[in-house]
Amino acid sequence: MKNEYAIQAIDLTKKFGDFTAVDAISFDVEKGEIFGFLGANGAGKTTAIKMLIGLSKPSSGQATIAGYDVYSQTELIKEHIGYMSQKFSLYEDLTVLQNIRFYGGVYGLSRKRIKEKSAEIIERLNLEANARKVVADLPLGWKQRLAFAVASVHDPAIIFLDEPTGGVDPATRRQFWEMIYETASRGVTIFVTTHYMDEAEYCDRISIMVDGKIEALGKPGALKSQFEASHMEEVFLKLARG
Amino acid sequence: MRRLLFIVRKEFIQIFRNKAILPLITLVPIIQLIVLSYAADNEVRNVQLAIVDQDHSAYSRLLISKIRASDRFILVDAGASVARAKEGMQLGEVDVVLSIPPQFEKDFLRYKSGEIQLLVDAINGQQATVGAGYLSAIIQSFSQEIREDAAPMLAVQKRAGPQIKLEHAYWFNEELNYKHFMAPGIMGELVTILVMLLTAMNIVREREVGTIEQINVTPIRKWQFILGKMIPFLIIGLLLLTIGLTAGKLLFDVPMRGNLIVVFAYCLVNLAAVLGLGLFISNLSDTQQQAMFTTFFFVIIFILMSGLFTPIESMPQWAQWLTVPNPIAHFVNVMRSVLLKGSSFSDVSYNFWVTGILAVVFNFAAVKSYRKVV
Repeated sequence: MKNEYAIQAIDLTKKFGDFTAVDAISFDVEKGEIFGFLGANGAGKTTAIKMLIGLSKPSSGQATIAGYDVYSQTELIKEHIGYMSQKFSLYEDLTVLQNIRFYGGVYGLSRKRIKEKSAEIIERLNLEANARKVVADLPLGWKQRLAFAVASVHDPAIIFLDEPTGGVDPATRRQFWEMIYETASRGVTIFVTTHYMDEAEYCDRISIMVDGKIEALGKPGALKSQFEASHMEEVFLKLARG
Repeated sequence: MRRLLFIVRKEFIQIFRNKAILPLITLVPIIQLIVLSYAADNEVRNVQLAIVDQDHSAYSRLLISKIRASDRFILVDAGASVARAKEGMQLGEVDVVLSIPPQFEKDFLRYKSGEIQLLVDAINGQQATVGAGYLSAIIQSFSQEIREDAAPMLAVQKRAGPQIKLEHAYWFNEELNYKHFMAPGIMGELVTILVMLLTAMNIVREREVGTIEQINVTPIRKWQFILGKMIPFLIIGLLLLTIGLTAGKLLFDVPMRGNLIVVFAYCLVNLAAVLGLGLFISNLSDTQQQAMFTTFFFVIIFILMSGLFTPIESMPQWAQWLTVPNPIAHFVNVMRSVLLKGSSFSDVSYNFWVTGILAVVFNFAAVKSYRKVV
């Protein structure tokens, strides 16, 4: 299945017993796009992401990630994507450099490349003074930017960010989004879930999930006029209330 | 392969980042080795004995002095009343009552036989039965002595006929040194438990903290992840054994008659099995607490049924079968056989085989139960 899309999902479904967590969602994400994946808590966002990154087998439907099939090529998918989960998941008891080195090694980067990448990440995040500190001692905002940098250490084609900015202040969120833009400008596809509606406005296109279904999909501006709303928040509330 | 090295390095950094680990694998085993080797001593001493002498004859005094000469008994004063002695037994102050009836000496001289009564508190089975055993031996030799002594006085001259006299020779542990017997087994037990616990806590910790999710989206293969977790603990286990053997040699002068290479080779196989089991438990647990309790369940059964404290041969047949899949039982046996008896590889090859099979089974289960996809 060759295509130009970074992500393509057709009727992707996940059932847990009688409960349908994700109900036949279909969407495409183009290469280099910043795609916002919105929805209320429990709408099925995380389940959908887990299917896309190969952590969870779909019950039915199809999807390709960077051209690889989510059923049969999950290990190949994993080599070409980066993922940053909701829950902070770098090793808190390793230093900044040790985390970068470990994930670089896991993704098969050469020793030389790991060195280059480490230097690059440290410089980009202004972590020079903290490079040898354990991650647990860094402020949350820094941890999250570091997690993002580590998730892209192997220069993946697509990066999945699951609520990357939960719990940080607006200034730090701003910095985080600058990183996202910078990464996207290098042609990397960004698939991001968020609760912050102002962040939704930063995306190229967004989808809004309600009870396992995608109820709205399009550019933020187009959605606002479609739902006759002045802010994304209004669009979201109209949909979420049904 | 390179990926594996990165995982191993990361594990080592994490293991030693934990401040409790270093003392846990150096100091704690040595302390346990010392405490357990001294305390887990099957030799019975300090049997509380009440002697009720109602005869007060030369013979009864001779018997009492013979008992006193043994260092295994603590005499409890019960006067001359069997009732008082029994009361003491009820209160737990007396393990064994030796009652010498009045007329003992007279009866002996007159009828050529005297009766002595032993009352044994069987609640504390070991103390009582072994204590009574020692006592019987003393009485036996006493009886022999007075027979010879009284022979001229006895009505019928009875020449002592041919007799069988038993001579014991204790092989492999001539002085019946309990520490030599216990220490090797305890080393095996310690290595197994510590490694099993550390491993069981490992993967589940990554699950609790959430880092496992990050690992699962990387191209790390299952076997790489499991092996990457195993190798550091394998090395730690071998280190533990080395520390244990050194401590055993220095502290108790434990003999090392066999080839230490056999011991280390067996340790490697044993660790492979135990690690597999630990990781399997870890995979099935959601929290470190769960993993710990599950490990304790196995550890307790493994220890009690390992032959370390009670011989496997005296267990019922079904229980003996249960010791077959018990890695500690094999470890204890190999340690004792090789160190004390000087057994060679072929002598303990049964243990190698069974443990090898266990290793394959446990690790298969560990790899199978570690799911990257839910």
